[in-house]
Amino acid sequence: MRLSVLRRIGYMVLIPILAVFSALLLGAIIMWIFGDDPLAAYRGLWTGAFGSPRAWSTTIRKMTPLILTGLSVAVAFKAGLFNIGASGQFLIGSVCSVAVGVNFEGLPAFVHLPLALLAGVAGGVLWGFIPGALKVFTGAHEVIVTIMLNYVASLFAAWTVYAGGTQGQTPGPLWDRTAGAISRTPEVFMSARLPWIVPEPYRIHWGVAIALLVALIMWWILFKTTLGFSTRTVGANSKAARYAGINVRWITILTMMIAGGLAGLAGAIETLGLNHRFAPEFTGGVGFQGITVALLGQTNPIGVVLAAFLLGALEAGAARMQFDSGVAADIIQVIQALVLAFVAAPLIIRQIYRIRKPSDQVETTVFSTGWGR
Amino acid sequence: MSTSITPPVLEARNITKVFPGVIANEDVNLVLHKGEILALLGENGAGKSTLMNIIFGLYHPTHGEIFVNGKPVVMKSPRDAIALGIGMVHQHFQLVPVMTVTDNIMLGDESVKNGLLDRRAVAERIRALSRKYGLEVDPDAIVEDLPVGVRQRVEILKALYRNAKILILDEPTAVLTPQEIEGLFEVMETLRRQGESIIFITHKLKEVLRIADRIMVLRNGRVVGEADPRTATQQQLASMMVGREVILTVDKGPAHPGETVLEVEGLCATSDLGEPALRNISFQVRAGEILGVAGVQGNGQTELVEVITGLRRADAGHVRIKGVDMTNASPRRITHEGRSSHVPEDRHAYGMVDSYTVADNLVLNQYYLPPFAKGVTIQEAAIAAHARELVKKFDVRTPSIYTPGGSLSGGNQQKMVVAREFSRPIQLLIAAQPTRGIDVGSIEFIHNQIVAKRDEGVAVLLVSAELDEIMALSDRIAVMYKGEIIDVVDRADATREGLGLLMAGVKHEAVR
Amino acid sequence: MQRTLRVTSYLAIALVIFFVVMAFLVNLTPLGENTWLRVFFSVSALNFTLRASVPLILGALCGILCERTGIINIGIEGMMLAGAFAAFVAKTSTNHWPLMPSLLFGVAIALLVGGLMGLLHAIFSIRYRMDQIISGTVLIILAGGVSAYLFDRNAVAQGKFGAIAIPGLSQIPVLGEVLFTNPPLTYTALILVVVIHIGLFYTRWGLRSRACGEHPRAADTVGVNVNRFRYMNTVLGGMLAGLAGGFLVLEAVGQFQEGMTAGRGFISLAAMIFGNWMPFGAMGAALLFGYTQALQNELLLAGVTTVPRQFVSMIPYVVTIVAVSGFVGRVRPPAAEGKVYETEGESE
Ligand SMILES: Nc1ncnc2c1ncn2[C@@H]1O[C@H](COP(=O)(O)OP(=O)(O)O)[C@@H](O)[C@H]1O
Ligand SMILES: [Mg+2]
Repeated sequence: MRLSVLRRIGYMVLIPILAVFSALLLGAIIMWIFGDDPLAAYRGLWTGAFGSPRAWSTTIRKMTPLILTGLSVAVAFKAGLFNIGASGQFLIGSVCSVAVGVNFEGLPAFVHLPLALLAGVAGGVLWGFIPGALKVFTGAHEVIVTIMLNYVASLFAAWTVYAGGTQGQTPGPLWDRTAGAISRTPEVFMSARLPWIVPEPYRIHWGVAIALLVALIMWWILFKTTLGFSTRTVGANSKAARYAGINVRWITILTMMIAGGLAGLAGAIETLGLNHRFAPEFTGGVGFQGITVALLGQTNPIGVVLAAFLLGALEAGAARMQFDSGVAADIIQVIQALVLAFVAAPLIIRQIYRIRKPSDQVETTVFSTGWGR
Repeated sequence: MSTSITPPVLEARNITKVFPGVIANEDVNLVLHKGEILALLGENGAGKSTLMNIIFGLYHPTHGEIFVNGKPVVMKSPRDAIALGIGMVHQHFQLVPVMTVTDNIMLGDESVKNGLLDRRAVAERIRALSRKYGLEVDPDAIVEDLPVGVRQRVEILKALYRNAKILILDEPTAVLTPQEIEGLFEVMETLRRQGESIIFITHKLKEVLRIADRIMVLRNGRVVGEADPRTATQQQLASMMVGREVILTVDKGPAHPGETVLEVEGLCATSDLGEPALRNISFQVRAGEILGVAGVQGNGQTELVEVITGLRRADAGHVRIKGVDMTNASPRRITHEGRSSHVPEDRHAYGMVDSYTVADNLVLNQYYLPPFAKGVTIQEAAIAAHARELVKKFDVRTPSIYTPGGSLSGGNQQKMVVAREFSRPIQLLIAAQPTRGIDVGSIEFIHNQIVAKRDEGVAVLLVSAELDEIMALSDRIAVMYKGEIIDVVDRADATREGLGLLMAGVKHEAVR
Repeated sequence: MQRTLRVTSYLAIALVIFFVVMAFLVNLTPLGENTWLRVFFSVSALNFTLRASVPLILGALCGILCERTGIINIGIEGMMLAGAFAAFVAKTSTNHWPLMPSLLFGVAIALLVGGLMGLLHAIFSIRYRMDQIISGTVLIILAGGVSAYLFDRNAVAQGKFGAIAIPGLSQIPVLGEVLFTNPPLTYTALILVVVIHIGLFYTRWGLRSRACGEHPRAADTVGVNVNRFRYMNTVLGGMLAGLAGGFLVLEAVGQFQEGMTAGRGFISLAAMIFGNWMPFGAMGAALLFGYTQALQNELLLAGVTTVPRQFVSMIPYVVTIVAVSGFVGRVRPPAAEGKVYETEGESE
């Protein structure tokens, strides 16, 4: 009786694995077409990701924010929302945590650090609340609003650290006065930094533990609590959710706030754990990658962790790959797009590998039903 | 009719159609002669629409052949069928709501002058056809502004515009009042006189006997026999259709109404399109009685149920349950404080979540209550136990309680919804189209359950577009027309004809 | 619905008249000495508006073609970027040709690659039933990745399209300078608005396309091949987005930069919604968005430093959010967009 359940789970694991495999294969073909050596590239990629303890630590470091942005996108998916805004939420989270981190000198670490983290989360929550509330109250589609908010966030972040201009424009409020013409913030105080789990040269900080814990909590909330049931119901069929007495508007706003908070936390952890400051070149790219992570992880928090690990490894190995084989690291982005394509269209994978869908698998696609209410 | 010298205008031989998991048609043979009306009779899910869609080139048969005027034909798309003179009025109208009648009729067969659409010429032709067949429409009207009856005329004109010689009408009477049905029959007779051949699909026995030249009965995808309307009786046809003796009436004793449970007073509400959908509606339902709401679809029944259940805002008026004001209360409050149940008219949209397991669907509106939740945590064991019990009690045929609800058959999905809604202690039951699109076995089951609820002392509001269902179950009948309750009559005083007139908006003292 | 539409068109006409009058006043009278008035109404602001609007107009037309047949397209950004990159590669590899053929070759390749991106989107969404918003996202990431991977940072495109003054009309003061002294792709975009409007509402192709987007089954039952129309229009749309990219490289900037579309595809999408899926409406919205970009530019040029430049740069994005929030309830998207159509799919 439970067999059919097992078969459905097996199917949900098989598709992502084959998707990654196919993307790597197609990536190799592309490299080969453009005169690069895919074997050398993948060898470099592997070395850079897993070839040494240093490589492993890089993979873990790259994985950390991806877990959180992946969760951000995944949670929204569960409620039938497409959060393309994780990168903006990430940036706002970074800026807010830095704002706390570079102020309040002398606070004890057990106050300063949580406060800085919380500030990051709060910034993200706000940045998620806006599209959620606009969707509920005006019907504006979250896809467009979150995309626009990404641009607004990156301009806002750039302004906070702006060094001022030659024409005498005022510098931004978080600008590092000692940096001359460079736009960046000062380093955050020691009391606001996430401590290392494994110190230099490996530089693994406690952020990874936080991310894993948060993933676990999200899994529990989504699948074991009434809030999770409500959220998933809204995502699977919002009319039925209304019928069932669920406050769809509230769940929509709340979910966007949680999604924003997760991405904001990612930003806070990146800055407080790793960079210790903010500069405009720190982009919210991991926010966009969160989409791939979420779908590769089948929108399940546990799957998201695995997917983040995989994408983290790709990111970690990219530099080494370029160094070893001369293949531009940008090919990684191509491979990620292919991964996304294959997981989002299981039909392609099913056709290539001739896999049958379990007969009682009900696939739900959720958000592509137009821009209206 | 015609002799065998001229070949039949249409013949289908050994048609089989297999959908994943369902054999919709099996070895079906059908013959249609020139100038006759062939009635295709069968209950919901018998495979009538599938067969017609095959003849119309929309579906492709798994096996079998089709002959038009004695010649074998292969239809790749409706385009081929149209070219062969086949026209079809679909069960669900195939009209683009935002376009005009003219655009809808010419779509796919446009008149073009200098590269641009020649709308004026098309409108002229439509007017000519309207006159010829007595099908009055305004070519410039926007379809979404038209009442259903007129939309149906547009559909018929669409076929005639393409010079259809064979006309398929798939359940055309489902959306009409008895008087409109009579009008449609007159049009069909006109068409027959002009040499058209018609396949008329229905699951209503009276209509078949009234209009058909020949009757063919379909059951479970197979042809179970033919009948001659001059000699056949309703009982015969019914048992052919269902495969056993059917009780055409529900077995129920007299009602013993108690205190008022649901009270609706001066209710007004607006439709999705922003138009008034309910105008000053008032009625009461008492414990232990079934109030049936009859009416042609789209006269405000949907909105009425939505307002009472909290899914749509009331603009004015009151809804009270046992004296407590529940106007614009949340669905959750109405369900729990009001101790009410709601079987929604569109189970796929509202009643269930396709991707959820049967077990989860069975607690869809109770998941947060003990024993299914303890604090904020979901209690899976309790949900599973509950599901096992209900699946058995309500005979929901499912491989497992962990099967996604969306993969069950329509009848079983509805039984799942009914199981959820009927299994908790309630004082008010609101059932909207509770048996739409499901098999007779399930219909009987659900009818009996509704009566059982009444006999337990539950107040039942039954909304149905099936006049037979209303007549069979109700103790009192309210008729809705254009957002108003035009009249409420006792079941004992109600006649089909009387209700039909009311459904058409004709209020006459003689009706009582 | 109808009323809102009428009100908006009156408003648009009033706005146009206001701008024309102000433009004449500011550019031909001493009013032009006021900095703020110059920022708002100078010929350079209006010229910039048009230039900034062209890719938005083309992108919005792309969206209209796709969505009117029922395919949601948030991949316009990616299609545009791909078109821009393709145009750049084509231009740099034919630098040794005479300028005009080289530029036209660039346009052709931009159209081709844009069309291929459209085809990919159609294949993903129709054949493989991928969620159309995700398919669009794939296109965006793919275009970004491929263009970065293949971008030769040393390559330089030589030359770009110059303005063609239309004899006679270009002599009109102010208007001549703004409207009739433009490079060819700008004229093309404006002509396409008219062509697509006529195409959609007065031809067989348009009637069938719209039917596919509103009620595909109705179209199918009268013999219209829904998915063929969807493929065709998505490819055509992709070509328009590719042209928008070509415009950026061959007419506006002259070079390629990574991520140079900078959200224009998304703003096009907003222009499409704002314009109620109508070509002229979308053009109006695109001009509005273009104008906010022009303002931003003029403010910088005028050296206005009271507002930090990052905030000025936010204007188009914020305006988009406001526009989408304020208008979504009042516009009506094609009813069937985003949904896969399969003949035997739904049991009716
Ligand atoms: N497109 C489809 N895919 C799968 N099953 C279908 C489809 N269309 C109809 N069916 C199934 O085929 C059977 C016959 O349906 P239908 O022809 O619509 O019956 P009728 O018109 O007689 O009510 C039903 O069991 C129905 O669920
Ligand atoms: Mg049918």
